[in-house]
Amino acid sequence: MDIKSIRADFPMLNGVTMQGKPLIYLDNGATTLKPQCVIDKVCEYLTTYSGNAHRGDYDLSHQVDQEFEHAREVVKDFINASTKDEIVWTSGTTDSLNMVAYGYALKHLQADDEILISVAEHASNTLPWFDVANQIGARVKYIPLDEYGCVTMENVEKAMTKNTKIISLALVTNVLGHHIPMKDICAYAHQHGIIVVGDGAQSVPHEVTDVQDLDVDFLAFSGHKMCGPTGIGVLYGKYDLLNKMNPTRLGGGSNTRYNSCGIVSLKKPPYRFESGTPHIEGAVGLGKACEYLQSIGLQEIYDYEQQLRAYAIEKLKTIDQVEIYNETSTGAIAFNIKGVFSQDGASLFNKYGIAVRAGQHCAKILDEYLGVNTTLRVSFYFYNTYEEIDQFIDVCKKGDDFLDAFF
Amino acid sequence: MPSFNDPQILREIIMDHYDAPRNRGLIDDDSYIKINMNSDTCIDNLDIQVKLNGDHIEDLKYDGEACAICTASTSIMSELVIGKTIKEARHIIENYTNMIYEKDYDADLLEEAIAFQNTYKQANRIKCATLGWTGLTRILDESEG
Ligand SMILES: Cc1ncc(COP(=O)(O)O)c(C=O)c1O
Repeated sequence: MDIKSIRADFPMLNGVTMQGKPLIYLDNGATTLKPQCVIDKVCEYLTTYSGNAHRGDYDLSHQVDQEFEHAREVVKDFINASTKDEIVWTSGTTDSLNMVAYGYALKHLQADDEILISVAEHASNTLPWFDVANQIGARVKYIPLDEYGCVTMENVEKAMTKNTKIISLALVTNVLGHHIPMKDICAYAHQHGIIVVGDGAQSVPHEVTDVQDLDVDFLAFSGHKMCGPTGIGVLYGKYDLLNKMNPTRLGGGSNTRYNSCGIVSLKKPPYRFESGTPHIEGAVGLGKACEYLQSIGLQEIYDYEQQLRAYAIEKLKTIDQVEIYNETSTGAIAFNIKGVFSQDGASLFNKYGIAVRAGQHCAKILDEYLGVNTTLRVSFYFYNTYEEIDQFIDVCKKGDDFLDAFF
Repeated sequence: MPSFNDPQILREIIMDHYDAPRNRGLIDDDSYIKINMNSDTCIDNLDIQVKLNGDHIEDLKYDGEACAICTASTSIMSELVIGKTIKEARHIIENYTNMIYEKDYDADLLEEAIAFQNTYKQANRIKCATLGWTGLTRILDESEG
């Protein structure tokens, strides 16, 4: 991988400053920077073929349809779905997970059924389940984390009961960043008729994804965490399951016909779920982002990021005041500088132009496992460098001077 | 009175109030008006209690989970307003707010609170530096109906 030429692709990495310093962006778990080709793809729609999709009977509209459906095809290949009809455009992971909760679970689950998640899940993979469970008298139960914060196959098996109907887990969680044994979980769950939902927000951007190999039933992910635009994301669902799912929004685009008696016939998936004018420039931008990531290589991206992580961990361990919470994972690094409240720490990094996240990272029940309420979090992407990590480490060493940011 | 422009002294003021916050710790007494200040956008979560006596602030307490900036600014505020009239306290709050938002203010009134004069440089921390002050304002507003 040629990092220098990769960095040249990103306007945000060429001249953008924060606090007068060149930006060092280490908050890729929150969102990622955009390469010029994605920006161009979005602008191309806005400037040369703006029109609606699936509507008009003229050339312009035809071109929109072609680009829009081509992007769906690209996403299908990106995660190796079996057909592009399994790719539903959504506004992002949150939207996708809500669609499964309210469109599938609310329809098919009953009182006393159980939904399994873990305490490390993002709010978007927790709160919809709380609400759906409440509405139908079902229960949300937790798969215990092991001592490293991982979801293990053993603990999944232990947490399952005859009432378990859905298991919903992040393939990689956003704070602790551990991989889960998704393929094994799916195989075991399917033997018991359980549906498995994957939150791919933190996995799909960083590694090869093969939904057929995993055999996962649903997979949610966001465009903006993988070099694409905000406001666009994907719900992958096995086609027969999408067929059994209710749309949570109705309106133009999702129906074939209806009459004044209220009899509606809906289109087939994925269009059934895409009422209203879609985020067209988002979809074509995400398609381009997938092609861009593929041109670098997802395995190459994964390997490089693991090297960066290992390098950062090795350096962090040499600093006495730093406490690391997830040394062995593969995703974000969660840590604190001893005696420094995480938000004060983030301001110190800010002063040096380094974007680092502080807080609970939308995983508000994780503190029960970690024993601390808030942490700092750094998360890398393939455009980060060893030199950036060196600068980050230098600031970690200044922990005692965290008030510097104020003077 | 600290020198206004010596960062080292200003820093020591904040650290001192962070390490040993004054008037911290809630008390179980119904004569205090209580408010929870839980910011949507930051982590700070403070409970504040104020005891009024006529037009005077007789006592002020607070506790919670908060960063250095929030803790120290609330601690300093507590020292500034206890014993003052509501009107005086409001005047101090107004000057503090002006300082935070880079408007004209009377530094003499603010005493140690001038340690926060540069908060504007870290715009995302203004919430931290004002949470306690906003809480006190709400309590005063409430008490005056
Ligand atoms: C694991 C995980 N799930 C879900 C989400 C929500 O994604 P979005 O805000 O794009 O809907 C995030 C984003 O922070 C995440 O990290």
